[in-house]
Amino acid sequence: MDLKLTAEEMRFRDELRAWLQANVPPPWTGTTHEEGKGPYFEFLRKWQKKVFEGGWTGLSWPKEFGGRGARLIEQSIFQEEWARAEAPPLINVLGMSLIGPTIIAVGTEDQKKRYLSKILSGEEIWCQGFSEPNAGSDVAGLSTKAMIDGDHFIVNGQKIWTSLAHAADYCLLLVRTDPTAPKHKGITALLVDMHSPGVTVRPLKQMTADSSFNEVFFDNVRVPMSNILGEINRGWGTAIATLMNERAHLGSGIYIQFKKNFDTLISRSRETRRGGRAVSQDPVLRQKLAQSHIELEIFRLTTMRALSKMQHQSIPGPEGSILKLQWSELNQRLAQTSMETLGAQSQLWSTDEGRWVYNFLRSRGNTIEAGTSEIQRNIIAERVLGLPKSY
Amino acid sequence: MDFDLSKAQKLLQQSSRDFFVRECKPERVRELMATETAYDESLWRAIADQGWTGLIIPEEYGGLGLGLVDLVAVVEEMGRACLPGPFLSTLWAAALIERAGSEGQRKQYLEPISAGDLKATVALLEEEADWNPAAVTMRAEKDGKTFKLRGRKEYVTDAAVADVIICVARDNDGLVFLPVEKGARGVKITPMSGLDQTRKLYSVDFDDVAIQEADALAFTTKPQDAFEAATDIANVAICAEMVGLMQWTLDATVDYAKTRQQFGRSIGIYQAVQHQCADMYLMTESARSAAYYAAWTVSENDPAAKLAVSVAKSYCSDGAREVGNRGVQVHGGIGFTWEHNIHLYYKRAKSSEIMFGDANYHREKVASKVIDEAD
Repeated sequence: MDLKLTAEEMRFRDELRAWLQANVPPPWTGTTHEEGKGPYFEFLRKWQKKVFEGGWTGLSWPKEFGGRGARLIEQSIFQEEWARAEAPPLINVLGMSLIGPTIIAVGTEDQKKRYLSKILSGEEIWCQGFSEPNAGSDVAGLSTKAMIDGDHFIVNGQKIWTSLAHAADYCLLLVRTDPTAPKHKGITALLVDMHSPGVTVRPLKQMTADSSFNEVFFDNVRVPMSNILGEINRGWGTAIATLMNERAHLGSGIYIQFKKNFDTLISRSRETRRGGRAVSQDPVLRQKLAQSHIELEIFRLTTMRALSKMQHQSIPGPEGSILKLQWSELNQRLAQTSMETLGAQSQLWSTDEGRWVYNFLRSRGNTIEAGTSEIQRNIIAERVLGLPKSY
Repeated sequence: MDFDLSKAQKLLQQSSRDFFVRECKPERVRELMATETAYDESLWRAIADQGWTGLIIPEEYGGLGLGLVDLVAVVEEMGRACLPGPFLSTLWAAALIERAGSEGQRKQYLEPISAGDLKATVALLEEEADWNPAAVTMRAEKDGKTFKLRGRKEYVTDAAVADVIICVARDNDGLVFLPVEKGARGVKITPMSGLDQTRKLYSVDFDDVAIQEADALAFTTKPQDAFEAATDIANVAICAEMVGLMQWTLDATVDYAKTRQQFGRSIGIYQAVQHQCADMYLMTESARSAAYYAAWTVSENDPAAKLAVSVAKSYCSDGAREVGNRGVQVHGGIGFTWEHNIHLYYKRAKSSEIMFGDANYHREKVASKVIDEAD
C-alpha cells in the first residue's frame, strides 16, 4: 500500500497542470449554462477543439485511434487536475466516455475511421438513445422499431431523457429488430445521423428550469445497414458494454467538484451569522458539516481503492455502481447541509448566483440518471454479494 | 499509487484469518465471555507465538517491527473472530510506553509485552467519561521522590488481567503517566458490567497508591502529544477491529439471505432484503477504506493523520452499529436470540463505538480541524 504518486505519475500531472494553466479560458460569463446550440455551446465546442489539438482528449483510448493509451491512474489525475483548474467541461462527453470506447470495442474498421477522430475533436457531437417512456431501468424492454427495407432500416419510435440530443450530430440508438425474439435477443445498436429526415428533438424542461434532456421522435427515419454497431440482434451486448462504461466513469473529477463546493460552504459558514454567532460555531451544524467532510473523504478513498482494483482488470466491474451510488446520495446530503447552513438566503437564485438552490434541485436527478440508486443496489446485491436476481 | 495490501500483507492477513478461525471459534468466545475476565492464557500464548503481541513494537525490543497497515490486516481478523482479551488494551499501553517512556522503561515493558509475558492497559476515564486527556482531573501528588495517586478511574478495559495499569493523572506540570503494577497496595479493581461481555470493563480505585518518581513515564516534554499519538494507534486498531466485525456480520447476513426460505424462495431474492445487504456492503467497504487510510497516514507521519483518524473512528463507529442493525433485521427472529452469534458482534460494535470517543466526539474533532483551523 502506497498512496503517493510515482515519479512518472507526477510528471504526467505536472505536464497537464502546465498545459491547463496556459490554456484554460476565463470563466463563461454568459447568462445561460444550458448546453443548447447557443453561444455557450459554441464556447464549449471551441474549447474541446483546443484540448484536442493539445492532445488531451481520449486519454484512455488506444494511441492508434488518437488517444494516449493512458492508465486509469492517469485518467484519475486528469479528472482531478481538470476540476482543480476549473476548466470548462468537454462538450462531447458521451462520445468520448461511452460511445467512442464502444465503437473501438465492436465497430468495423470503416466505422472507426469515420467516427472516432471527430468525436475527439468535438466536430461531431453524440448522444445516446437508450431510454424510452416505457423502458427506463428496464432498457431491454424498449420498443422503438427498425424494419429492414433493402439496404436500409426504417426506424420508428420515441426515446426520452436523451442528454445532448438537441446539439447532437449522431446518436447511438438501440432499436428492436426482431420483435419475436426474447427481449434481450432482438435488439440492435445503430449509429444514426441526427440530421436525417424524420428526427424530431423536443427539449424537456427540468425542475431546475433548464433543459439538458430531450425527447427524440423517429418517424420513418432511414438508416443504412452499414451503420449497425456490432451485429444485428446482438445489440444488448453492445448496450451493456456502454452502460458499464457509463458507471465506470471515475469519481475523481466529481470529488474535486464537490470538495470545491464544500470548501466554499465552510468559508460561507464562517461569514454567515445567526443567533449572535457565526453559524460555523453552531454545534448542530458543526456535526453536519463534519459529517459532510467525512463522507467526502470516504468517497475520495473509495475512488482511490476502486482505481487500484480496476488497474488489474480488463473490463469495468461493479466498482462503477458503488461509486455512482455513493456520490449521488452524498451530493444530495451535501446540498441539504449547505442549505441548512446558509439558512433562508440559500433558497434565493440571487445568493451566490443560485449555486446552492441549483445544486439542491439538480442533485435530485443524480440518484435517477445513469441507473437509479435502486438499480445500483440490485447490481451490488447480485454481482458482488451473489444474491439471486430479483427480476 | 496503490491502495491495496502488498503480497506480504495479504499473506499475513490470510494466515491470521486461518489462525483465528482455528483458535478462536464462536464456542470459545462464548465460554470466555462467561468468565470474569474473558482471558485465555493459552490463546494469548498462541497469539504471542505468532509474534503479534509485538507486531508494531520495534525489533530492538523484541517486536516484529511491522507497520500499522500490517497491524490493521491482523486486527481486522481479530474483529472477524470477535476475539476477547487484552490485545487492544496492551497495544494502547505499549504505544504509550514507547512514546513516553525512557529507554530503560521501554526495555522493561516492551520486551515482555512482545514476548507475551506482560499484559497492560491504560486508565484514562473518570466520572465524566471524557476521552479528551485534557479533562483528566485525578491528582498525582508529589511527596518527596514519590507520587501518591488517589481517586477513581472508570471504564478501564481488562484491568483485572493487566500486569501493569498505566494511570493517566495530573501533577502541577500537566499529565503524568504512572505505571501501577498488579497487586500494588491501595489498588481496588471492581468489574463494571457492560453490554459487551467480550471486552471487560472495570473501575479502579487508587487509595494513596505510591509510585516512585523514577518509575513515571516522563521521557517526553509533551505528554499530551505522546498520549494522543499513542491513542491514534489504538484508534486505528479499533477501527480495523470494527471492520472485521462488519465483515463477519455482512457475510453471515448474506449467507442467511441465501438460505432462509419464505414464500417458497430464498429471502435474498427480494429487493427489500437485497438493498439492506448492499448498504451493509457499502458501509463495510467504506469503513475499510477509512481504516486503511488512517493506518497509512499515521505510519507515514502524514500531516493529515489526525484528521484521518477521526474520520475513520467516526465513520466506523456509526457504520459498525448500523451494519449490526441491518444484519439483525435481515436475520429476523433468530437474530434477536441469545443463541445466534450476531449479538456478540452487535454488542462488540456498540462498545467499540463508545471506546476512544464515539462518532459525535470525533465529528467535533473533524469540525475543529476543517472549520476552525482552515485558512
